[in-house]
Amino acid sequence: MKKRSFIVQWLVLGVMVSAVLLPDTQSYAARVKEFDRSGKLIVSDKTAAEQQPTYDIKNNSSEKTFAVPRPPFTEGIFPCSQCHTYMKPNPQRRSLTEYHTEIVLHHAEGQRWCTDCHNLLNRDKLRLVSGELIDFTESYRLCGQCHGDKFRDWKVGIHGKRTGNWNGDKQYLLCVHCHNPHDPKFKALKPLPPPVRPGAARH
Amino acid sequence: MSEITKVDYVQHRSRRKFLKGLAAGVGLIALPSKDAAASVWDEFFQKHFRELSRDELKGVITRLEKDYSKQFAKQVTVKTTPPIEGVLYGYGLDLSRCIGCRRCVYACVKENNQSRDPQIHWIRVLQLDKEKGVDLSHAEQYYNPEKVPEKGHFYMPVQCQQCEKPPCTKVCPVQATWKENDGIVVVDYNWCIGCRYCMAACPYGARHFNWGKPTLPAAEMNPVTHYLGNRPRPKGVVEKCTFCIQRTREQPGRYPACEEICPVGARKFGNLLDPNSEIRYLIENKRVFKLKDDLNTQPKFFYFYAT
Amino acid sequence: MKNIWNFFAGTLMLISKGSKAYYCWVLFLLVLMAIGASAYVRQLDEGLIISNMRDQVSWGFYISNFTFMVGVAAAAVLLVIPAYVYEWGPIKEFAVLGELLAVSAIVMCLLFVTVDIGHPERFWHLIPKLGLLNFPQSLLAWDVVVLNTYLVLNLTISIYILYNLYYKREPNHNFYTPLVLLSIPSAISIHTVTAFLYNGLGARPFWNSSILVPRFLASAFCSGPAFMLLIFLLVRKYTKFKIKDEAIQKVAEIMAYAMFINLLLLGAEIFKEYYTATVHLDSFQYLFQGLHGHSALVPYIWTAMIFNITAFFLFLVPSTRKNPITLVIGCVLVFVGVYIEKGMGLVIPGFIPDTLHEIYEYSPSNTELMLAMGIWATGLFVYTMLLRVAIPILNGDFHVADDGVSSYIGDDLFFVRQENGEEEEMVTEPKQVGE
Repeated sequence: MKKRSFIVQWLVLGVMVSAVLLPDTQSYAARVKEFDRSGKLIVSDKTAAEQQPTYDIKNNSSEKTFAVPRPPFTEGIFPCSQCHTYMKPNPQRRSLTEYHTEIVLHHAEGQRWCTDCHNLLNRDKLRLVSGELIDFTESYRLCGQCHGDKFRDWKVGIHGKRTGNWNGDKQYLLCVHCHNPHDPKFKALKPLPPPVRPGAARH
Repeated sequence: MSEITKVDYVQHRSRRKFLKGLAAGVGLIALPSKDAAASVWDEFFQKHFRELSRDELKGVITRLEKDYSKQFAKQVTVKTTPPIEGVLYGYGLDLSRCIGCRRCVYACVKENNQSRDPQIHWIRVLQLDKEKGVDLSHAEQYYNPEKVPEKGHFYMPVQCQQCEKPPCTKVCPVQATWKENDGIVVVDYNWCIGCRYCMAACPYGARHFNWGKPTLPAAEMNPVTHYLGNRPRPKGVVEKCTFCIQRTREQPGRYPACEEICPVGARKFGNLLDPNSEIRYLIENKRVFKLKDDLNTQPKFFYFYAT
Repeated sequence: MKNIWNFFAGTLMLISKGSKAYYCWVLFLLVLMAIGASAYVRQLDEGLIISNMRDQVSWGFYISNFTFMVGVAAAAVLLVIPAYVYEWGPIKEFAVLGELLAVSAIVMCLLFVTVDIGHPERFWHLIPKLGLLNFPQSLLAWDVVVLNTYLVLNLTISIYILYNLYYKREPNHNFYTPLVLLSIPSAISIHTVTAFLYNGLGARPFWNSSILVPRFLASAFCSGPAFMLLIFLLVRKYTKFKIKDEAIQKVAEIMAYAMFINLLLLGAEIFKEYYTATVHLDSFQYLFQGLHGHSALVPYIWTAMIFNITAFFLFLVPSTRKNPITLVIGCVLVFVGVYIEKGMGLVIPGFIPDTLHEIYEYSPSNTELMLAMGIWATGLFVYTMLLRVAIPILNGDFHVADDGVSSYIGDDLFFVRQENGEEEEMVTEPKQVGE
C-alpha cells in the first residue's frame, strides 16, 4: 500500500512538472476559443496570433465580394478621370462653385468633405481610411467603415431590399442604390391609398 | 257521396301538383349547354384537394385552366407544386424600417389576383404611436397623410402569420383549410362552404371573405397561379395570404411579392430550417417579438428591430 | 300502407281546414315566407354582400338568431324531465307539444345556418363519409352532429307517440322511454356545443370565458319555456285541449330560477371585466356604454336588461306568476329580453372591436331582416301545421276510424268560441276519409 501510493505521488508530480516545463508550441492560453451560433464551444487549433489577419492594403482579398448592379451614376459622369486627369487636384476644403454644384453634402459635413472619400489623386477610386483604394463597385466597404452594424447586416442579407431567389441567387444592391451618399436620409414617400372602409359599400 | 268526391279531388290535386313540381325540377337540372352543365356538375362533385387521385387532379386542373383562360382571355396556368422537402417558411418584418407606404399591400393585390371591388387586401398596415409602442387598441389603419412616415409614429403590417398551431384550421367544419408541411396554411377554395368560422377564430384578422362576386380586370390578372394560392376565387369563400405559394415553392424559389417591392427592405423571408438563411440570422441576433404571443399560436411571422 | 296514406290524407285535410283566424294566420305566414324566399334568391345571386356583414363583423343577424333558436329548442327538455323522468301527469299530457316546438326550432336553426353560409350547395361536404366532416376537432362539426341527432330524436319520439295515439293504442313505453331519456342529454348537448363553439376562440376575448356555457343554458331555460307558455295559453284558449294550471305554474317557477342564474352569471361577467379593466373590457364597454362614439347596441342591451329583471320579479312573486296578464307580460318580456341579450347582444360585441381593434358598427340590412322574418315565419308555419295535427290527435278528435283503415276527423275542428255562446264551426258532421 505504502509503495503504491509513493509511486502514484511521484507520477502525478512528474506529469505536473512536464506539463509546465515541456515546450508548448500550442500554448493553451493562446488557443482560440469561440462559440458558434448554436452555443457550442469550439476550440480552434490555431493560436490567437495565427487567427489575426494581417492587413495588407495592397492585396487585401479577405472580404468576400458581392455581385451588385452597376452603381447609379448620373449619365456621363463616370469615369471621373475623363475630366480630372487634366485638372490640378485642390485639397483645400471649400464649397464647389464651378461644377458638381448640385451636390449638397449633408452627411457628416462637419467632419469631412469630398476628398475624405473620393481619392484626391485618382478620382476613379474611392479611398478607405487605411489608405486602400477601392472601385465604386465596392463602395459598401467605404460605408461600412462607419456604419459597421448596417454593413454586417447587409452582408448576411438582412439590411436593404432583397430580390432574387430565397434559396438561390440573391441580388444585392449597393448602399448607394437606395441611399444618396451625399444626402443619405430617406425622403418621406406618399403612401398608397388606405383600404376602403367597410361601411362604404352598403346595399 | 259528394264528400268522397271532394276528398278524391283533394288527393288528385295534391298528387298532380307533386308530379308537376318534380318535372319542373328535373327540367331545371337538364340545362341546355353541355359544356356549362358538365363544368357545373364536375365542380359540384369535386372531392377535397387532398383526396383527389392524380388523374382526378389533372382533370380538375385542366377544367380550371380552361375556365380561367376563357374568363380572362389569356393563357392561365394553375400549378399544384407540392411543398419542398426540409423547408419551413419564416417571415421577418423590420419595424425600425417600415415607413407605412403600403406598396406591399398593392403588390400583393396584383400578384395574388385579389378582388378590386369589393376590395380585398391581404395585408393591413397599422399606424402605431412611438410613445405607446405596440398597442393594438390605439392602432389606425386608415391613415392617409401626405407623406409617410409621420413623426411620432411607426408602422406595422399584419397579414396571415402562418401559425404553427393555427386556430383557424382547428375550427373549419369541413377541413377546407389546413397547414401544409412547409408551414403555409392554405384553403381549398372549391371545398370551402363559406361558414366563416375560421374568420372568427383568427386572432390577427388575416382571413378575408368574398362577400360579393370578385371583380378582377383581365388586363391586371396574374396568369401564373397555384391551386391553393392566387388563382381567382369564386364568391362566397375565404382567402388569405399564402406567402406567395406560387413563387416560393419553385426551385429556385422567388421571394413573395410584398418582400420584393418593399422600398426600404423591411421585409425578410426564408427557410427557418436553413441555419444560413436571413430569417434565422435575424431571429438569433435581433430583438424579435410575435404578435399576440400569449395566445400560443406560434406564428412564423417575426417582427424585429434591426437597429 | 293504405293506413299510412289515409293518415296523411287525414293530416292534409286537417291542415287545409280551419277557422277564419287560422286561414288569416297561415296566409300571413306564407306571405312572409315568400318575401323571405325572394330575399334569399337575391342573396344567392349577388352574394352575402347585400347583408351588412363584412370581414370585421363576419357573423351577424343570422347567427344571432341561430344562437337564440338553439336555446329555444333546448328548452323542450324542461318539459321532458318532469313529464318522463318524474312521471308528473300535468305536464306529461302535453310534453309532445314541447317536443314539436323543439323540432320547429331546430328547423329554424338549420335554415339560419343555411342562409348564412357562402356556398349552401356544398352542404354535402358536411356529411361524414360523403364529404369530410372535421369531427371531433371542429365545434361546428359537433354542432352538425348534435343538432341533427336532436332533430331526429324529437321527430321520432313525437311522431311515434302521436301515430300510436292516432291508432288508439298505448305507445310502447319500452320503445320511447329510452329515446326520451336520450333526448335530455341531447338537449343539453346542443346548447353546450353551441356555447363551446364561441367559447373556444382565443381570438375573441368577449366569448372566451368558461362562464359562457352556463349562461347559455340558463338563458335557454328562460326563453324557450316563455314561448311554450304563450303557446299553451293560446292552445288552452282556442282549442279543446286542457292544460292544467299547476303545469303552467311549475314551468313558470322553473323559469324564475333559470332567470336568476342567468342574471347572476351575467353579473359575474360584468364584475370581472369592469373590475380587472384589461384591454378586453372594450367589448363590454361597446355593449353597455358605447366605445369611441359608437353606441348602436346600448339602447337595446339596456332594454333587454330591464326586461329580464322585470320578468324575473314577475315570475318570482307568486301573485304575479298566477295572474294570467302579468304571466303573459312576463313571458313576452323574457322572450324579447333574451332574444336581444343572447342574439345580437352576444354575437356582435364579440366582433367589436375586431382583432386589430377596428370598430365597424354592424346593424342588419333589409335583406337580412326580410330573410330572418321569412325564416321565423317558416318556423311558426311548421309549428302551426304540427300543432294542427297533434292537438286533434291528443284530443281524440283525429284517429283511425272503426274499420281500422280509414281516418276519422271529429266534429270539433278548430272553432273559435265566442263569448255570447255562438260557435262558428267549419264542419258539423263527422267525416270519413278515404276508403
